[in-house]
Amino acid sequence: MELWELSAWEISEKVKAKEVSAQEVLEAHLSRIAEVDPSICSFLSVLEAEARIAASRVDAKIAGGEDPGILAGVPCALKDNLNLRGTACTCASKILDGYISPYTATAVARLIEQGAVITGKTNMDEFAMGSSTERSAFMVTRNPWDTDRAPGGSSGGSAAAVAAGLSTVALGSDTGGSIRQPAAFTGIVGLKPTYGRVSRYGLVAFASSLDQIGPFARDVRDAALVLEAMAGFDPADATSSDRPVVPWSKRLERPVKGLRAGVPKELLGFGVSEGVKSAFYSALERLAGMGVIVEETSLPSLAYALDVYYVIAPAEASSNLSRFDGVRYGLSKRGKGYLDMYRETRGEGFGPEVRRRIMLGTFALSADQYEAYYLRAAKIRTLIRRDFERAFQSYDVLLSPTTPTVAFKIGEESEDPMTRYMADVMTVSINLAGLPAVSVPCGFAEIPDGAGKEMPCGLQIIGKPFDEETVLAAAYAVESFVKEELEEKSAQMRRNLLLAEECEPVD
Amino acid sequence: MTEKAYEMTVGLEVHVELLTRSKMFCRCSTRFGDPPNTNVCPVCLGLPGALPVPNLEAVKLALRAALGLGAKINLESGFDRKNYFYPDLTKGYQITQYRTPLAQDGSIEISEPKKRIRIRRIHLEEDTGKSIHAGDDITTAGYSLIDFNRSGVPLIEIVSEPDIASPEEARQYLEKLQRTLRFAGVSDVKMEEGSMRVDCNISVRPTGSTRPGVPVEIKNLSSFRAVVKALSYEFERQVAALEAGERVVRETRHWDEAKNVTRPMRAKETSEDYRYFPEPDLPPLVLDEAFIREVRDNMPRLPDEIAAYYTEKLGLTEYDAQVLTLDPNLCSFFEKCVEKGAEPKMAANWIMGEVLGYMNRAGLTYEEIPVTPENLVELLELIKAGTISGKIAKDVLVKTIETGKSPSVVVEEEGLRQVSDEGELLAIIEQVIAANPGPVQDVRNGKEKAIGFLVGQVMKATKGRANPAKVNIMLKEKILS
Repeated sequence: MELWELSAWEISEKVKAKEVSAQEVLEAHLSRIAEVDPSICSFLSVLEAEARIAASRVDAKIAGGEDPGILAGVPCALKDNLNLRGTACTCASKILDGYISPYTATAVARLIEQGAVITGKTNMDEFAMGSSTERSAFMVTRNPWDTDRAPGGSSGGSAAAVAAGLSTVALGSDTGGSIRQPAAFTGIVGLKPTYGRVSRYGLVAFASSLDQIGPFARDVRDAALVLEAMAGFDPADATSSDRPVVPWSKRLERPVKGLRAGVPKELLGFGVSEGVKSAFYSALERLAGMGVIVEETSLPSLAYALDVYYVIAPAEASSNLSRFDGVRYGLSKRGKGYLDMYRETRGEGFGPEVRRRIMLGTFALSADQYEAYYLRAAKIRTLIRRDFERAFQSYDVLLSPTTPTVAFKIGEESEDPMTRYMADVMTVSINLAGLPAVSVPCGFAEIPDGAGKEMPCGLQIIGKPFDEETVLAAAYAVESFVKEELEEKSAQMRRNLLLAEECEPVD
Repeated sequence: MTEKAYEMTVGLEVHVELLTRSKMFCRCSTRFGDPPNTNVCPVCLGLPGALPVPNLEAVKLALRAALGLGAKINLESGFDRKNYFYPDLTKGYQITQYRTPLAQDGSIEISEPKKRIRIRRIHLEEDTGKSIHAGDDITTAGYSLIDFNRSGVPLIEIVSEPDIASPEEARQYLEKLQRTLRFAGVSDVKMEEGSMRVDCNISVRPTGSTRPGVPVEIKNLSSFRAVVKALSYEFERQVAALEAGERVVRETRHWDEAKNVTRPMRAKETSEDYRYFPEPDLPPLVLDEAFIREVRDNMPRLPDEIAAYYTEKLGLTEYDAQVLTLDPNLCSFFEKCVEKGAEPKMAANWIMGEVLGYMNRAGLTYEEIPVTPENLVELLELIKAGTISGKIAKDVLVKTIETGKSPSVVVEEEGLRQVSDEGELLAIIEQVIAANPGPVQDVRNGKEKAIGFLVGQVMKATKGRANPAKVNIMLKEKILS
């Protein structure tokens, strides 16, 4: 087995046992990136020099008898909206051109403290606005299962890097599904923790009341391990929770027999493909076979989740993105006066999707529209929260497919934003309610007219606030019955990548 | 008032910087006057990914202000974003309290005429950076420089109801507000350093009319005097406009200190829509009774309470009490004097007359009282013991201030001790009688006034050191017996 194929917990154990050094693990990954990333385009920047220093520091700690942490020597990639001191943080936007961050995000600092080696910054939809990573200002990332297909988004770079074996784990951010959807599209595990579980300090905000940082990993245990390393109260984030951190990676084998699982019919309606449905239902059957009580249920207010999300998220974004004004950092265009400076800097610096959402949000917050849009959305959001609370009186978890379809082809995503936004229907309500949810691979679906070609599908497991423990245990159960097939097909996919063509640069 | 036929309605919005050591939402220092852009961090610079965390000390000081102004505290308030673009506003929004303020429904009582000005709301917010334009303003300057040291400094905004009916009432309201906040230890409330800023809203209408006048906002007021002058000017300007049948435009005007006029600010390109919404980075600000009680228990005494104590317990006049409660340092100076044995009325007279007089001439602030309570008390004791006269004491005080020597040392060194020795005085009195036969005759003829002249001659001969009361008696005895 190659070093880049190992899981995080394997690497950490081997590094601590001095079976392999953090530097060897890193070099294996850097070579793999050099070989494979030209055809995936997942990294916006590879931090070779910084990573080598970090890896040697881990090795030195071990040599000196110090505890190197639970992620000793584990390579980790960061979505490029996470700040790491001394490195660029572009959010895949031209507006942050030339910006070097002077500080490190709390979640990232905690991973480093636990021995993780940050290998680079990954591609994303500009400012996390999108579901395909095609809306990066710099390049289009490919899905390692089929390089003609998108890896999903907005954290598509991180998902593709982990799936392709370029990084053991990675961080993403999830505002409406930006971790879970790309995880589903790339056949890996993606976890969105409860709002407040992980500090947002240092995550460039898209929609502050919805954003959470979460891990990508190739198995549930790795995802749990990364969450363990970065979760917990942070005095620098007033919305972070002081709930105690649980050793989730050691609680995965909790039996799921008797677990009550609800399947909200609102998350299975319009537009779910046959392939996804069949993978989902066969996973439900196998869960039932393990003693999980699976029932259909209803959360009527979820019918409005998408509408509410597309008011609240752009509203907050329109305000959050006001700081990119050309005054202090990043792109700065000079105009005739200061108003011109704003118009030209922001007009040139932001891509069309970002501009669209700023306009949507500005409209929703304007004095004349506030009640009709923002305020009404905020009220329905409360109803959605209550619906989930009610459902969790009867169920321990709620289940749905993560996405209506498997990964779509690059360029195939609809030009019509309304149709595009519909694809987020299964994931956005979870952010509105602040709940934890994981996407775990649950099987494969044949692509229509794809001559038997298969793409991975994800199962979404939604939990009660701060009950990541149950969510992860259920995910671990699902993983147990897909593991063999998934590992085999993934290994084949990763080998094939060496033969893939290099991606074309975007114009 | 120039026109009795019209009346003004004025409401004031006062911004006050709180005396915290660190900023409202980060740990940067709030120190005034540091080199530009040295007290900054990712939070107050609005760097991507930085988040605000409220400063509990600022909340405490704002609560003190609210309690001092008799306002009702809202146990749950919240922060909101006020969105607008300006280069010294780092995040493109200001964090303020829009929907629910920290406190509401307070008041301030003024004395001339005696009336209560209601306070609508008191809320917390953060300051912006400070722009310096290489030119008149941002639209015409070749370039502008920004100092972000002030960005994120905690402020409270105190909004009055439109209960103020004259520039003089506005002045009283502001003075009382300033004094209250200074005593409460909330702010150093210095208009010249910008730690207190005042905007006025004025409307003018025919006296007795029930229809409200058109509100006009006046900005750039750098002193209470400017507030008074700007309101008077604006009143007359609007009266003249109304008299001429013109309409008063709802607008914001800028006070031009040099020319003593208000001018319209450049019309904005679009009307202002701040797109207020709840700040998602901050949970609601929830206070519990215990927290409020703690603030209340640690509340410094306020001027009204102190003044009442001075008049009722220390026997000072209302006027004395008002003057001494102009400033907390002055109060504490006075009280130390009393503690060290000074008779209150006498100490008050000396502080208000001589000490404040000296400070006025020397341009000293209340933080720079030039004499120690010990020295002043010693001086008063020298007067009471008859060692020096009140007149000499004034010189001794100045010498004490200028040399730092104690009054008794000054008296000894300068030989200023009052002459009360009868033998010594008798010799001088005999000389004066011999040299002034006319006035002596007048005294004998019953002209009481002439005695004053003779006392003066004795004082002159002793360079003011003679005890005048004693001289008076001795002269009469000598001439009339």
